[in-house]
Amino acid sequence: MTMFTDPFDAKTLLSRRCACGGNHTPEQHLEATRVAASTEESWWTRVVDAAVLRAVFPHDAQRRLFLRTVGASTAMAAISTVFPLAIAREAFAQGGAPEKRDLKVGFIPITCATPIIMAHPMGFYSKHGLNVEVVKTAGWAVIRDKALNKEYDAAHMLAPMPIAISIGAGSNPIPFAMPAIENINGQAITLASKHKDKRSPKDWKGFRFAVPFDYSMHNYLLRYYVAEHGLDPDKDIQIRSVPPPEMVANLRADNIDGFLGPDPFNQRAVFDGVGFIHLLTKELWDGHPCCAFAVSKEFIAQNPNTYRALLKAIIEATAFASKADNRKEIAKAIAPQNYLNQPEIVLEQILTGTYADGLGAVKRDPKRIDFDPFPWPQFAIWILTQMKRWGQIKGDVDYAKIAADVYLATDTVQLMKEAGFTPPDPTRKTIVIMGKPFDASKPEAYLQSFAIRRS
Amino acid sequence: MATLKESLALKSALLSVLLLAVFLGLWQLAAQPAASGGTIVDPEYAKLVGQAAATGSKTPMPTPADIGVALWKHLSDPFYVRGTNDKGIGIQLAWSIGRVLAGYLLAAAVAIPLGFLIGMSPLVYRALDPFIQVLKPVSPLAWMPLALYTIKDSQISSIFVIFICSIWPMLINTAFGVASVRREWLNVARTLEVGPFRKAFRVILPAAAPTIMTGMRISIGIAWLVIVAAEMLVGGTGIGYFVWNEWNNLSIANIVSAILLIGLVGLVLDQMLARIARLVTYPE
Repeated sequence: MTMFTDPFDAKTLLSRRCACGGNHTPEQHLEATRVAASTEESWWTRVVDAAVLRAVFPHDAQRRLFLRTVGASTAMAAISTVFPLAIAREAFAQGGAPEKRDLKVGFIPITCATPIIMAHPMGFYSKHGLNVEVVKTAGWAVIRDKALNKEYDAAHMLAPMPIAISIGAGSNPIPFAMPAIENINGQAITLASKHKDKRSPKDWKGFRFAVPFDYSMHNYLLRYYVAEHGLDPDKDIQIRSVPPPEMVANLRADNIDGFLGPDPFNQRAVFDGVGFIHLLTKELWDGHPCCAFAVSKEFIAQNPNTYRALLKAIIEATAFASKADNRKEIAKAIAPQNYLNQPEIVLEQILTGTYADGLGAVKRDPKRIDFDPFPWPQFAIWILTQMKRWGQIKGDVDYAKIAADVYLATDTVQLMKEAGFTPPDPTRKTIVIMGKPFDASKPEAYLQSFAIRRS
Repeated sequence: MATLKESLALKSALLSVLLLAVFLGLWQLAAQPAASGGTIVDPEYAKLVGQAAATGSKTPMPTPADIGVALWKHLSDPFYVRGTNDKGIGIQLAWSIGRVLAGYLLAAAVAIPLGFLIGMSPLVYRALDPFIQVLKPVSPLAWMPLALYTIKDSQISSIFVIFICSIWPMLINTAFGVASVRREWLNVARTLEVGPFRKAFRVILPAAAPTIMTGMRISIGIAWLVIVAAEMLVGGTGIGYFVWNEWNNLSIANIVSAILLIGLVGLVLDQMLARIARLVTYPE
């Protein structure tokens, strides 16, 4: 918590690394955040002081030596003579200050939401001057309604949801934006243990599957997968929309034969001996998007600074989560009841990619789930082709326009630069799904190339 | 006579305890993890999965002892707050009771006057009857999506759901109670030239009070049933959210302890109204 500790204290370590690298528990972290938020003014003061001190003394050792020699108040006075600390504090607090500091962000308790959730205990929100409450929500329809009701300022959604909301599929059309993807990969097909020997989709006729939501990558990937194996997902199998937490319970109760769902529930099914992991979605499409960070266009227009701060926090949290070394620490931070409410060992297997497959083998795949915030417009176009393929939208679709409207790649490029990351070139992206390349410039031709489709 | 009654009470209490002991004993036996002998897997794999899954079976049902431990854990620290989504069971119960009371009192404020009107006027009764008959059997949770869509607030939506489910028994019982006040009493009031308000409050209300109270007692029971389901759907706070959150973690022990507490609170609510009902009953 270097941001909130007194930079004029000689004992304080003042490095640029985020506090979460420190050796404290997430609870202490949380406590510090709360204290910081309650004394907002002194908080800004400290952030600015720390920034100035850091500029004057880039090395921690030097600064501490200096402070120990002359004392904090003398140091303050000395620096004030060369640098107008008071003015800097004020300018900083006014200029880029968020319009709205107390925010509510809704999430579904799944590992896809990792960046949104961990940004809270690990202090990424508070680092950007935001007091964010992350609220656990029961299902996708509820999170959509709460986001539309403005009970939530921003929300964790499935990647297709902002598109569906914006074009009015399954709800009233309300312009929504998706400035950041949360995770790529990280889903799996889990089957009930009794289907151990039915590993080919050709044997799946009559199976009942669960997916989290109609407008989800899970739905489109499952349909794509079985259709490639010659099954019609609308006729040969049953696909139901079931909230992720209820999937394992349903699998155990024999209500479904399997699910293409988010983690931790694939791993949880293995942990409880209910099912096995048939395949990771990474094996279908390596790098596919899954969940998204979504805000309404209205919120962006009314609170541009808050939006930027929030998005920066998310981008930084996502970058932190993408490093394999940080994964164990993240698993520990998001396991408690307040967040995912899962055994730590389950989350660790998902995030580190060393996992039990449910059939007695330990598998290793460090990219089982990965985090990459970049909202490729190509993703949106692919999602639109599948929405049309399965009859969720009809008629002519202006693929490129919707993609550009909802997936705000330009914003992300700019903020990634500001946060010190190198953004990718949005025009360059190759997508290959089960060996079949997708050309985003020819969506209609791609759509027509499938034998099984509704339109 | 008194001794006979006492011994009956003692016997029934003994029987209750015996039934409970047999039930818990059978449960404890049935929930014992199956003796190992299943497939032994390699230790690295065993470390990554639950105890039962390591031997090739499913995680078993918790035993009564497990549930006792979970229950004790919740009761020993019922009011902690460890963040937005993690609050003690006492706080969750308080949220639920608050919502139930809000929705229930609102419903009473509407249902009792309206019930009076319906009961006193056969015309209004007939005019409103079709609406009541159609709306009454609708499951309160079916209102939830509509409420979320129109009210645009999940808090108020769950209170609305309580309101809509507890209004019918009160409305119908009030109307019935008012309509079936004995003719003689109304005739006496008329002969004495009692004003309409005085008649309503001094004659009809006391006469219909027991029936109204029965309606209110049924309503609070329904409201308490529905709040758990409504909170499971909407989430956020409340005992229903608690159950959902533990379902999420597949923690049956925590769910069962919540079920016990839900039952206990329901019993207290019901007994409170039963007490009030006894106060307003009168011998014919």
